[in-house]
Parts: sequence; C-alpha cells; structure tokens
Amino acid sequence: MSVLWITLIVLAIAAIAYGVSRRKAIEETKGDVRRLHSLPSYYGWFSFISSAVPAFLVLLVWLVIQPMIIGNRVNDALQLPEDATIVQGMAATRDARAVSVALDEALSRGVLQQGDIAQFAADPASLGPALRDADIELSVIVTPQLLDAARVYSSTVSMLNTLMAIVVIGIAIVGAGYAIRRITPDFRARNVVERMVMLLLIGASVIAILTTIAIVLSMVFETVNFFRQYPWTEFFFSFTWAPVFQGISQLGLLPLLWGTLYISAIALAVAVPIGLFSAIYLAEYASKSVRSVAKPLIEILAGIPTIVYGLFALITVGPLLRDWIAQPLGLGSSGSSVATAGLVMGIMIIPFISSLSDDIINAVPQSLRDGSLGLGATRSETIRQVVLPAALPGIVGAVLLAASRAIGETMIVVLGAGAAARISGNPFEAMTTITVKIVSQLTGDTDFNSPETLVAFALGLTLFVITLTLNIFALYIVRKYREQYE
Amino acid sequence: MTDISASPAGKSKGSSLLELDSRTRRRNAAERRFQIYGIVAIAIALAALLMLLVSIFSGGSSAFRQTFATFDMTLPAEQLDPEGNRDPAEMARVTTIGYQNVLRAGLVAAVRDAGIVPDGVADADITGILSPEAAADLRNRVLANPDLIGTTVDIDALVHGRIDGYFKGRVTMESAVRDANITPERLQIAEAMVENGLMSTRFNWGFVTKPDASDQRPEAAGLGVALLGSLYMMLVVLVLAVPIGVAASIYLEEFAPKNRFTDVIEVNISNLAAVPSIVFGILGLAIFINFAHLPQSAPIVGGLVLTLMTVPTIIISTRASLRAVPPSIRDAALGVGASRMQSVFHHVLPLAMPGILTGTIIGLAQALGETAPLLLIGMVAFVRDYPDAPPEGLFDPASALPVQVYNWTQRADPAFVERASGAIIVLLAFLLVMNAIAIILRRRFERRW
Repeated sequence: MSVLWITLIVLAIAAIAYGVSRRKAIEETKGDVRRLHSLPSYYGWFSFISSAVPAFLVLLVWLVIQPMIIGNRVNDALQLPEDATIVQGMAATRDARAVSVALDEALSRGVLQQGDIAQFAADPASLGPALRDADIELSVIVTPQLLDAARVYSSTVSMLNTLMAIVVIGIAIVGAGYAIRRITPDFRARNVVERMVMLLLIGASVIAILTTIAIVLSMVFETVNFFRQYPWTEFFFSFTWAPVFQGISQLGLLPLLWGTLYISAIALAVAVPIGLFSAIYLAEYASKSVRSVAKPLIEILAGIPTIVYGLFALITVGPLLRDWIAQPLGLGSSGSSVATAGLVMGIMIIPFISSLSDDIINAVPQSLRDGSLGLGATRSETIRQVVLPAALPGIVGAVLLAASRAIGETMIVVLGAGAAARISGNPFEAMTTITVKIVSQLTGDTDFNSPETLVAFALGLTLFVITLTLNIFALYIVRKYREQYE
Repeated sequence: MTDISASPAGKSKGSSLLELDSRTRRRNAAERRFQIYGIVAIAIALAALLMLLVSIFSGGSSAFRQTFATFDMTLPAEQLDPEGNRDPAEMARVTTIGYQNVLRAGLVAAVRDAGIVPDGVADADITGILSPEAAADLRNRVLANPDLIGTTVDIDALVHGRIDGYFKGRVTMESAVRDANITPERLQIAEAMVENGLMSTRFNWGFVTKPDASDQRPEAAGLGVALLGSLYMMLVVLVLAVPIGVAASIYLEEFAPKNRFTDVIEVNISNLAAVPSIVFGILGLAIFINFAHLPQSAPIVGGLVLTLMTVPTIIISTRASLRAVPPSIRDAALGVGASRMQSVFHHVLPLAMPGILTGTIIGLAQALGETAPLLLIGMVAFVRDYPDAPPEGLFDPASALPVQVYNWTQRADPAFVERASGAIIVLLAFLLVMNAIAIILRRRFERRW
C-alpha cells in the first residue's frame, strides 16, 4: 500500500472521528449545546488531532528509517565486505532495486512465471537477455548474489510496507477511539485543542534551531573525520592545493581562501560605489516617478537566480574581458578569471547594497538635513558631511552583509572563475574559491573515507564560520544603528 | 556679539549678488558632479541588467526553434514488422538501427526524387544530415501506432545539430571544413532541401517537453525531466515550508514569551536566512543521503533541502505581515470573549493572508532558481526517464531546471550553450509569472490600516 493511500486512509479515519465526536458531544447534552464546555467543533478537532497527528509522526519516522533497514538487509544478502563504503552500499541497494523492479515488471506482464525465477537463480546471466527480449530494461549485470539480494529486497520492502500500513492505520484508529471515549459535556475540549495546536506551533519554530544544529553537526562530524586523516596545520597553513585520488594529496586552504577573498574584493569594489551612489541618488535627489521606476528595476537584479549570472559570466563577460582587455595587454588568455567572476558578482550584489543603504539613508532624521541646509550647505555637502556620517555604521553593516553573500556565492564562481588553485595578483588569471572546491570534491564519484572528499566538509565549515561571523557582526551593527534614531 | 555689521569676508567690494563668485561656482559644480555620479551609478546598474537580459535572450531564443527534415515515405512492412502481426511486443524486436536504415533510405529517395543533388553525391552525405535521434523518434511513433506500417506517412525528422547550427548562424562553411561531424557538402544539400521545402526551421515544443539527450545529440535535448523535477520540488516546498513557516511565525509573533529560548530562535532564523546556499547542500548530502539513505538525485531530497532554505524567508515575511495587523483587531476579538488562539486564527491570520501569500510566492521563486545545493545531492546526474507521478515519483531520479542549465554549460558542443540560454529563458519566464502574481496579490489585497 503506497504512502499516498495510507495518508488518505488516516485522513479519512480522522475525518470520521471528527464527525463522530462532534455528534457524540451534542447527543450527550440531549440537544442542549449550552451544556457543553466548548463549541461542538472543538470536540471534533480534539479527535481529529488525536487520531491524525500521532499516526503521521510515526509514518514520517518510519519513512526515514525504512531505507536504512532495507539497505542493511540487502547489503547482508550481498555479503559486502566489512569496510565497504556507504556509497558502495547504496549502489548495491540500487542495483538490487533495479533487478527487483525488472522482475516485478516481468511477472506482472506475464513474461515470467513465479517458478521461472528459481530457475534463473542457477543461471543468472540468462536473466538479462530474457528480460531484454520482453523489452524490460536492465542495465546491471546479474550475479547470483544480486538475484538473491533482489529477492531479499522485494520481500523486505513488501513486508515493511504492509507492517507500516498496519501500524500507522492502527495508531490512527486507536487514537480516534481513545479520543471519542473521552468526550463528555464537561470535557474541556477547547483548552486541550488549543494546547495541542500550541505544541504544533512551537514544534514548527524549533525546526529553525534543528536546522542549524543539523548544519553544524553534519559538518563537524566529517571535519573531525578529515582531521584524523589529514593534519590540520597542513590544511590551514599550506600554500598548495593538489588533490590526487590515490596518493598523497596536498589540501591547503590558503590558495582557495585567496581566490575567494580576491573575487569578493573585486565584487565589492564594483558594487559598493555603484550601489551606494544609486542609493544616495534615489533617496535624496530622484523625483518620485524616477524612484518608482528605477528602484524596482535595480531590485530585479536581486531576483535573478545566480545560475543566470554564471551563464552571463561564462558566455558574455568572460570572452569580452579576454578579447578586449586581457589579451591585448598580454595578461592572460583565459575566459574564466578572477575579474570575470568579480565583475559579475559585483553586479549581483549591487541591489543588496543599494536597497539596504537606501533604507538606512531614509532613516536619517530629516532634522539633520534641514539643519545643514539651513546653514547654507549645498545638498551634496549635506549628504557628504551630515547624512553619510550619520548613516555610516548602517552602510558598513550593509557592505558586510554583501561581503558575506559574495564569499558564499557558488554558481558565478563555478562558471566564471575557473578551477585552478593558485595565489597570484593578476586578476585576469583563473583562480578558484572555497565554494568551487566544495562542489568539485562532492560531485561525481565520492568516497566518504578519503580525505579528498572529506576536505569538502572542512571547507564548508570554514565557509560557514566566516559567513556567520560576518553576518552576526553586520546584524549587530545594523540593529544598534537603527535603535539610535528610533 | 555686537559687531553684526562686519562685512562679509572674502568677498570683494562691488561684486554683484547676481554674479556667482568662484567659490560658489566650485561648490555648484561639485553639486552637479555629485548628482551625475548618482545618475551614472544607476545607469551602470540598469545597463548591466539590460546587457544580462539581452545576452541571454539573444543567445537563447533560437533554442526554441529547431530544424526538421520533412518528407513523405512508405514504411516498409517487411523490415519493420517481419512477423506481420502488428503486435507491438514483436515489433519491439526491431531495433533503432533497423528504423535508421529505413529512414535513411526514405530520405535518400525523397532527396533524389526532388532532383536537388547531382548524381555524384554519395548517399552517406545525404543521410549524414539526419540526427541519430530521428530514428528513435520514428520507432516510438510506430510502436505507439502499429497501423502506420505499410502506409505513407509524413516524416518530421530532427536534423543533425550542426545543420541546425548552420541555419542559426553558429556553423559556417569555413568551420564545417575543420569539423569532423559535418562537411560543407552536407550543408549544401541541406540548403538545397530548404529551397525545395524538404527542410524547415520552426518552433520546437520538444525543447520544453523532451528529456535530456546525450553529449552528441544537442538537437534532441529538452527540458521535460528538469521541468517535472523542479515542479515536484516546488510541491514538496509548498507542502512543507508553508505550514512550518506560518506556524513558526504565528508562535513567534503572537504567543512566544520574551525569554532566552525565543531569542535563540530569532537569532537562528535571521542567520539561517544568510547562510550560503551551498552549506544547505552539504547538510542535504550528509543528513538526507548519507544518514537517512534517501535516494540520490531524487526531487524529495531536493525539496527537503530547499524547504529548509525557504522556511526562514517565509517566516520573515509572514511575521512582517502579522505585525502589520493592528492590535485593535486582537483586542476587539479578545473583548468579545474569544480565546487568544481564536483571535489569531479567526481574525489576525485571514487579514494577514495576502502578505503571507506574497512572501510565500517570493520564497518559492527563490527556491526555483537555486542551483548550488542541488549539485551536491546528485541532481547533476544524466536522467532520461521521466519520474513517475507523485508521491512515488518524488523518489525517482530527476533533474531540475537550473541544474540542467549548469549541466549543459559543462558539455563540449557549443549547441548546448544555446540550449542553456533557452532553459534560462524558461526559468526567467516562470520567475516573472510568479513575481507578477505576487505583485498583483499585493496590489489587490493590500490594506492600509
């Protein structure tokens, strides 16, 4: 029975429980609903929640645990070696699943009979061709163990699925029965329901904390694993990044950090003047109609997905910089470069700086401006000598937020900056960043026991710590500044 | 403070008030310069936006058009259905190669009949203009409708990506000389076919509906699987992120006492909104795939990761719209005897609904364009099969729209760059629609208190 059906059945049980309890509550008062403690629908909701919520919680936990159990049993059937990695185990499970699905398909179409399968156990190699004749795709090579594993897989899956349906629906029925029995006119249904809803609300808020904990834990565990295999001094202080699969890799953070900071610096050098001057113009000079057109247009830049900027860097900005600046000056011949990525990233963060600064400039009290203008200063003098100094802490906060955004940005640098880890001052050379290396070490074939893969978690943790520090600092500054004028 | 009558310093006697002195002129010039800086900054930002859009649209709009060879041919029964039973199961034994031979023969006959090639041209040059995918298309068409065998049918065959590129200006006669995949002769044949109406470039729905194709067949690559994958992920985000986000905001805004615990939650949410997206990808890989053993490249994992990313966005906008509902509404409800829960669910929440919806749509739009975390959970894999219908299909491998763009940029054939830009046009179209809906909702239902 599929999850969808179980869900629908549980909902149906809960709905019936709602109707029954509501009616029971009314009947117990012999038609005089004023004798009820709560409105009749609260008695219904009490039963609905008591029946559906525990059932769905169990269903959720079950769905998380089931693949683990199946994976373990299949791996046992396959007699994988003790030191097999998780990825190997997953691949084996996937193969077993593929065989099992193909066999089910063959059985349901009548191409094979139940008895035939035992026959194939003796000669597994013939299974593939037999299935192919029936136009059932099977890309894995069938071995006797795999056929065994496939049978273990299908029996475990069907057993667990049946068990899940029974348990979940059982819980729903028990919950409904328990709730209905408790209903009397004196039962304080509204209070109980409201308490239950409050628990659900709190549960939802706790998810934010759980996410943070999960982020930190997921990275800390693997990072510790990494530092067991690779000395931390080398990671933090080595100037070479040269991962070799098989052999001794050099995994130094510094070249990646250099690339990250260099690109972010160029991005900020592009975005801060443009963003700040647009914000000043929009806040202080622009007429209402100009503002109502230009501000949303600039903010469109913030809504464009980063992959679009990445493609823009790859097909337009990169070749443009290479053909018009880098090659004539003899500075390099690579389309992907620090300058490309920095420039495009700068365009991306213009709206962050301009809208935040705009808010902050608008928050500077008008009396300050009036005072300065009254003394005979021109508007630009007022802005430079009064408004900007007053807004400075907030603007610094905005720049820090933008910097954290630039450091954590991935797609632009993946497509625009290149993959060569080097420390160089030439902005027209390809360099790489922390985020690029996280992507390249974790995509494709990964082996979670090798330092070359695990280093990605250490890089991720480094990135997380850097951006978190910047964010907290920036939020602190912005918040402190806002309070000043409120 | 009595000598107010002191003459203005620095101003020579006899100068007129109507004439600006040099210092005032300098200050006014500085004022004008400052304004110009502002205008220039805005102009640069808008020019960048324009350049970005022009570069994407000029490079990608051709992806929606594709060159097809159109001709009539009779499908020979003896080759395609040797048993003669019109039974799809038997006919499936004829492989794509068999169909390819039939199709090639039909094309050669059609071209030679039209008399547009001199006799000296080899058959291989004529058949070389077809895409390898064309035979597979024909096979699917015949297997779906076996009665076509033996009849004369209109063939609409995809032509080779290089020929398509020639009509779109990507391939030239000069580049064809150096290209192993195409020869100038084939281009000439193709041109002659266009003049005779045997070949045309027209709108191609396949780009939006078909699955991805291998490295050698850019002409057949489509967005079907990626669109479905993105749709599934958005469903997961909608089903999970909206209830969680709204529930959390209601608690934090309406009920939470001011204490250490709620402070921690608040700081957490504002920080989560600024965590780099790739970190969420690492989380997804470590927790959902390595720990919980959910399948790789599945929309459910992508959806869960995007949910975690979207929840803070939804919480922030929902709280803002809850805060905008004036306290008098709550007081009135409490005053007539409603419980706090009733005042929130019956009065505050409905009034905050438009704001919540707007925030939700904007959050979804962000999630739709997110790429980096999906790379880490294996959505870059090459997937040709459409996922099943949800909920089972949520666990099938699929791609996603932005990841498909990334995937295509990593391929060697330049025709994929055009496809990537085309995919971005589709992505931007979706974002535009979503944001337009959000703006309309806000305009229509926004209330000022």
